[in-house]
Amino acid sequence: MSAIDVADATPAPTLRFVDRVNPASRLAAAMVLTTPLLVTVDWVSAAIALAIQLVLFALAGVTPGLLVRRTWPILIAAPLAGISMLLYGRPSGTVYGEFWLARVTDGSIQLAIAVTLRVLAIGLPAALLFLRVDPTDLADGLAQVWRLPARFVLGALAATRLVGLFVEDWRAMALARRARGIGDHGAVRRAATMAFALLVLAIRRGSKLATAMEARGFGADTPRTWARPSTVGVPDALLVLIAAAVAAAAIVGAVWAGTYHPVWA
Amino acid sequence: MHETSTDHTPTAGTNGARETAGSRSTRWRVVDIVVASVIGVATGLVFLFWNNVGYAWFSAADALTPGLGGIAVGIWLIGGVLGGLIIRKPGAALYVELLAAIVSALVGNQWGIETIYSGLAQGLGAELVFLATGYRRFGVVTAMLAGAAAGAAAWVLELFLSGNLQKSAEFLALYFGTVVVSGAVLAGLLGWIVVRALAATGALSRFGAGRDVAGRV
Amino acid sequence: MQGLDLRIHAGERVLLLGPSGSGKSTLLHALAGVLGGDDEGEHHGRLLLDGRQPADARGRAGLVLQDPDSQVILARVGDDVAFGCENLGIPREEIWQRVRDAVDAVGLDLPLSHPTSRLSGGQKQRMALAGAIAMRPGLLLLDEPTANLDPRGVAEVRAAVARVLDRTGATLVVVEHRVDVWLDLVDRVVVLGADGRLLADGPPSVVLDERRESLAAAGVWVPGVPLDVPDATDAAAPGAGPAISTEALAIGRPRGAVLHAGLDLAVPEASSSVLTGPNGAGKSTLALTLGGLLAPRAGRVVAAAPLARGIGGAPVRWRSRDLLTRIGTVFQEPEHQFVATTVRDEVAVAPRALGLAPGEVDARVDEVLHRLRLDHLAGANPFTLSGGEARRLTVGAVLATRPSAVILDEPTFGQDRLGWIELVRLLHELVGEGTTLLSVTHDAAFIASLGAHRIRLDAHTSADSRTATGRGRA
Ligand SMILES: Nc1ncnc2c1ncn2[C@@H]1O[C@H](COP(=O)(O)OP(=O)(O)OP(=O)(O)O)[C@@H](O)[C@H]1O
Ligand SMILES: Nc1ncnc2c1ncn2[C@@H]1O[C@H](COP(=O)(O)OP(=O)(O)OP(=O)(O)O)[C@@H](O)[C@H]1O
Ligand SMILES: [Mg+2]
Ligand SMILES: [Mg+2]
Repeated sequence: MSAIDVADATPAPTLRFVDRVNPASRLAAAMVLTTPLLVTVDWVSAAIALAIQLVLFALAGVTPGLLVRRTWPILIAAPLAGISMLLYGRPSGTVYGEFWLARVTDGSIQLAIAVTLRVLAIGLPAALLFLRVDPTDLADGLAQVWRLPARFVLGALAATRLVGLFVEDWRAMALARRARGIGDHGAVRRAATMAFALLVLAIRRGSKLATAMEARGFGADTPRTWARPSTVGVPDALLVLIAAAVAAAAIVGAVWAGTYHPVWA
Repeated sequence: MHETSTDHTPTAGTNGARETAGSRSTRWRVVDIVVASVIGVATGLVFLFWNNVGYAWFSAADALTPGLGGIAVGIWLIGGVLGGLIIRKPGAALYVELLAAIVSALVGNQWGIETIYSGLAQGLGAELVFLATGYRRFGVVTAMLAGAAAGAAAWVLELFLSGNLQKSAEFLALYFGTVVVSGAVLAGLLGWIVVRALAATGALSRFGAGRDVAGRV
Repeated sequence: MQGLDLRIHAGERVLLLGPSGSGKSTLLHALAGVLGGDDEGEHHGRLLLDGRQPADARGRAGLVLQDPDSQVILARVGDDVAFGCENLGIPREEIWQRVRDAVDAVGLDLPLSHPTSRLSGGQKQRMALAGAIAMRPGLLLLDEPTANLDPRGVAEVRAAVARVLDRTGATLVVVEHRVDVWLDLVDRVVVLGADGRLLADGPPSVVLDERRESLAAAGVWVPGVPLDVPDATDAAAPGAGPAISTEALAIGRPRGAVLHAGLDLAVPEASSSVLTGPNGAGKSTLALTLGGLLAPRAGRVVAAAPLARGIGGAPVRWRSRDLLTRIGTVFQEPEHQFVATTVRDEVAVAPRALGLAPGEVDARVDEVLHRLRLDHLAGANPFTLSGGEARRLTVGAVLATRPSAVILDEPTFGQDRLGWIELVRLLHELVGEGTTLLSVTHDAAFIASLGAHRIRLDAHTSADSRTATGRGRA
């Protein structure tokens, strides 16, 4: 929850170099780096990208412990995606085993390895590049650098803050339920009704908040200014360039090794 | 004073350039944007939960059965249905689903940037159904169709994104069936029920969805 | 609200009065152009600001809403105050100048990067006011801007508004139940009746002197009209022992800093006590701790035997159901407390949880609704009530189970005169019947009537919020 829970989060570990880059550029870098990898399923491109990424993140100060803590869902998901491919991947070559629709073959083994690496290579950069992003800074970047519509970016930002109150609200509502004599009911049912009540509360607050925002001139057609500039500079360009270089290296490497295999082939 | 009164004094702003016929107007009000965003971010949090629970089912089922993992997919499609049903404006389904996906990706999940593309495709799927009704019908049928369409869109995207084109035709057929049914039920029907319940609390009183349900507005 | 004809001239300073639920907030929203479009309700007649539709002239009017919690927009204090200026297209350097001025003007002594999630109710109110002032509006609309503030904060906010008006010549419309705060500052008083029609309009001296009795009867706080409630000596039980006491108690929010340590205090049985102190001192935290809802950070809360009735002396260990008949707590924030979809069900929740017979539940609910003048709203959704109505409902919902001790966090917040008198009399009756009462309050009249015992919590000194509460008496 670290991206949302600004106030409560214990300071997230810093990433050398990356911290100086505008969050919007980090998003751009993540997209530049991983989108090309999406078009091919082969183990070489994924392995190259993954290897370079690991080196780069190590240079930026990501320790193995941090890596595991931040990315464990990906570490679990990767082999699972591989198993599915292993059993149901398009069969070719020697058949090693067969059961109903499942068939393990040379081809599916290769695909399984490729998919496992691919999930890692695509998942890691997003998780690590956004280690310590303040939603306010990201919104500033999206609206000022990317020029996304300010009404929507700020609306989303305000909503993020409201939802960030969920933890506090949850606690207060639990106390209130205890005070009202309905705090002893089954935990599951209470959790479900409280989750729903939380959503109701958030929507109500959202409606009132919209009124407060309009009262401050939000949503009018006059162009708005920004109290805090969000700028991009050399570090931003560098990060995006590095991302592009990694992607290029991966694809070129795969073509050179003869494993390049577009998903539609 | 919010009630309709029967006497007919001249209505304010008849000469002004204000939008008429509120429920049909397609411009997003500030409250539309903020509440759509609240729903989007909250849905994103549900995704974060489902990314563990739902994905456990998804992958277990996928590993043992061909394509039955699709049964769990519906929850990931619910943003579009909620957005479309509550906000009732062009782009609402797309916006809510996309925002939910961005939240899920930025907070950190196993798919990274891929999630954003998924959100885009799934939101578009649901959006097309609402568009087809001209943003006029918001019943349970529309909701289930929107969920199913979101599922179909997710299926198409995964052909490329997850490399599913490399899987066998049987798998893909089965997967299509489960994803679409799951979208219709877990996103469409469930989303519709949630919106009804929300409306009953009066929280949606500033929206068409809330006024359709009787009650003190 | 219907048939209201009102003409407010530039530079006028208007105090808008009226009983709770008369539509004051609604009128302010209309003036600010944020009432919502045609798709959200009906409106008849014309409302013009500078000759324009208010919705088209947004930014000319700066509105501070009644509920300070729902107008925190951004995550940092500085950004939040700057938000309005940004929307008006003010150049950057000037924005920060304005933000600093506004923050100084309202006495919000916090760094601009302070997270808005860590503000007490009073601090939020100041921040909202700063946000409106920073826009340098031609029309300043304030909806109960001092309702949550400690007396010192009230004086400061009032002074801040006066400074802004003097400097900019802006027009002011302020809603406040407590007339005396604003009386020297305003030159016109407008009174709405319970039906939303205009009841009186004119210079303060004329309106308040000539119509004192009729206005007071309509629920308006008219200074100098006696409140006709028993005074504090009547709310004390002679020689009462403590119902709840503490031993070396330390309080704090879960995961927050310890706010106070080593508290030894006692709440006397069958009497009324008040808990006072500056904004952010930790009064609500202490109240929740005494009520068995928050765990002490150290030390103990001890419920005396007649209160505990054989289930152990530590309220925080009691079951939820056991709390109902022993200690009832009314929260500062009504929205957190609501669990049902109608006013009637809201009151019935706790009696049902007690397992009372349906007939008995109905009888109690009817009685409570009637006493608190909420019968006409029985079918309404709690969240749609006006500020004062919502407050009465939360009190009623707790009283329905007749707890031996009642802890109330700012019970008179947002009440009109009638609601206030009704509530205070009700509380006196409860004390007379042997109920132990503890109220967190800033309200001087309330203290005069129910402050038989006074507990004062000074500003705490934990590093995190020292700046936040530094102006409180140490
Ligand atoms: N969203 C809503 N839907 C229906 N009724 C509402 C809504 N908001 C307010 N009301 C009702 O409109 C009436 C006027 O409310 P308003 O908040 O303007 O009163 P007020 O004069 O500001 O009262 P208070 O002094 O208690 O704040 C109340 O009876 C309230 O219950
Ligand atoms: N939910 C919360 N979580 C964490 N800290 C909080 C929370 N609410 C308040 N605080 C902090 O705890 C301190 C005490 O808050 P509390 O609400 O008890 O003060 P209070 O005396 O009731 O103030 P007020 O008069 O403004 O209601 C303040 O410094 C505040 O910033
Ligand atoms: Mg009001
Ligand atoms: Mg408090």
